[in-house]
Amino acid sequence: MSDIAQKVKNIIVEKLGVEESEVTPEASFTNDLGADSLDTVELIMEFEKEFNLPIPDDEAEKISTVGLAIEYLEKHIGK
Amino acid sequence: MTFKRVVVTGLGALTPIGNDVTTYWNNLAAGVSGAGPITKFDASKFRTQFACEVKGLDVSQYIPRQEARKMDAFTHYALIATDEAVRDAELNLDTLDKNKVGVIWGSGIGGLKSFEDEMIDYAKGDGTPRINPFFIVRMIADSASGQISMRYGFRGTNYVTVSACASTNNAIIDAFNYIRLGRLNMCVVGGSEAAVTKAGIGGFNANRALSERNDSPQTASRPYDKDRDGFVMGEGAGSIILEEYEHAQARGAKIYAELIGGGMSSDAYHITAPHPEGLGAFLGMQDALNDAGIAPEEIDYINTHGTSTPIGDPQELKAIHQLFGEHSFKMNISSTKSMTGHLLGAAGAVEAIACIKALEHQLVPPTINHFTNDDEIDPRFNLTFNVAQARPMTTVMSNAFGFGGHNAIVIFRKLS
Repeated sequence: MSDIAQKVKNIIVEKLGVEESEVTPEASFTNDLGADSLDTVELIMEFEKEFNLPIPDDEAEKISTVGLAIEYLEKHIGK
Repeated sequence: MTFKRVVVTGLGALTPIGNDVTTYWNNLAAGVSGAGPITKFDASKFRTQFACEVKGLDVSQYIPRQEARKMDAFTHYALIATDEAVRDAELNLDTLDKNKVGVIWGSGIGGLKSFEDEMIDYAKGDGTPRINPFFIVRMIADSASGQISMRYGFRGTNYVTVSACASTNNAIIDAFNYIRLGRLNMCVVGGSEAAVTKAGIGGFNANRALSERNDSPQTASRPYDKDRDGFVMGEGAGSIILEEYEHAQARGAKIYAELIGGGMSSDAYHITAPHPEGLGAFLGMQDALNDAGIAPEEIDYINTHGTSTPIGDPQELKAIHQLFGEHSFKMNISSTKSMTGHLLGAAGAVEAIACIKALEHQLVPPTINHFTNDDEIDPRFNLTFNVAQARPMTTVMSNAFGFGGHNAIVIFRKLS
């Protein structure tokens, strides 16, 4: 697993209080991991802080699963 | 119309001298101080470096971590004290008509630390706001009553009263009115405060309200003593289940006491200083007696506002003397803030509980830390100095006054 993926998982485990085993790439924040809309906003903000990467709102709206978050961050970090 | 009667059927306390009602009461009766050096932040550069903090609390035992992190400490305190009160009242949450159960809570400030932390964090950045989405809901004072309602499904009247250090007594009086009018069967009332923070201590230091007796925290809160030099900040919560009398009887509830009167007034004088003749305090206490329909001589004990400030203490006694005359020397008076410190918006909550337990045990908790008589204070007052006093009591009064000139007073009576 990439360093980015591990950091994303850690943030999700910390903020949503879920087990790491539940944080699979397919897992949806709202449907599978119990997040409400505010939790999702907080997650995006935590990603922004952790990776020092502003995520525009229209992009943030598309990040609904663990896999999509990792994919977005891997694509944009260091560019 | 005939008013319904309102009784107390459950109590919960989280205080600097005990994290439950029994421990709190035992320490009140024993004259224990809750003061100590501030542990919640580095106070070494503050004029006041001590407070009455809540001790040894593991929030996760009461609130799952995931929920807890979305709340300020003052909401944690509210939920924890209410947990005890609801258990104490032995409510059957399956059969209770929860649409007729309200929550009216008091807090003077709300989520001060949440505000402070977020803005300190913001100030460290480059000006781009990255405000946490839970910032507002942690901070706003009404999150306490909202969270209580969600935990139990209480869908009746729900809000928070804000009148500084009178907040909880305003909450109690509002609930009293709704229940006696038949609008609610039951109401969770109380208050919580968590202002032992940089902003809280620094702010009250700046207006010179706090004691600065850093060399002796445990003797710093000394209401009515000649050398009192300000209040000691306390924190915590008190929660009380108020219930319509027949509703309580029908479910066989244990009844602690009856709430028989509430009085309110305003000094209309100054934003921090009390009226020099205690006019607002006088009017508020008079209003409470009128509401209860009792004579001044029926009050056996007053738990005063008595914060240990040079100006406030004698003015409240002046008002008591003016209203009660000779009887003011026959009743017992004490300030339990000498032990708990001043819980600001939650003061009325923990002091109402002190009054209710005093009635139950027929014991007046003391005003500790009395060393030197103050010439400004008539020695004929029985201020219950240093040691608790046993006396037969039927009716007790609890005073709470707040910055802004708010006065709110409640009267409890042993059920006859």
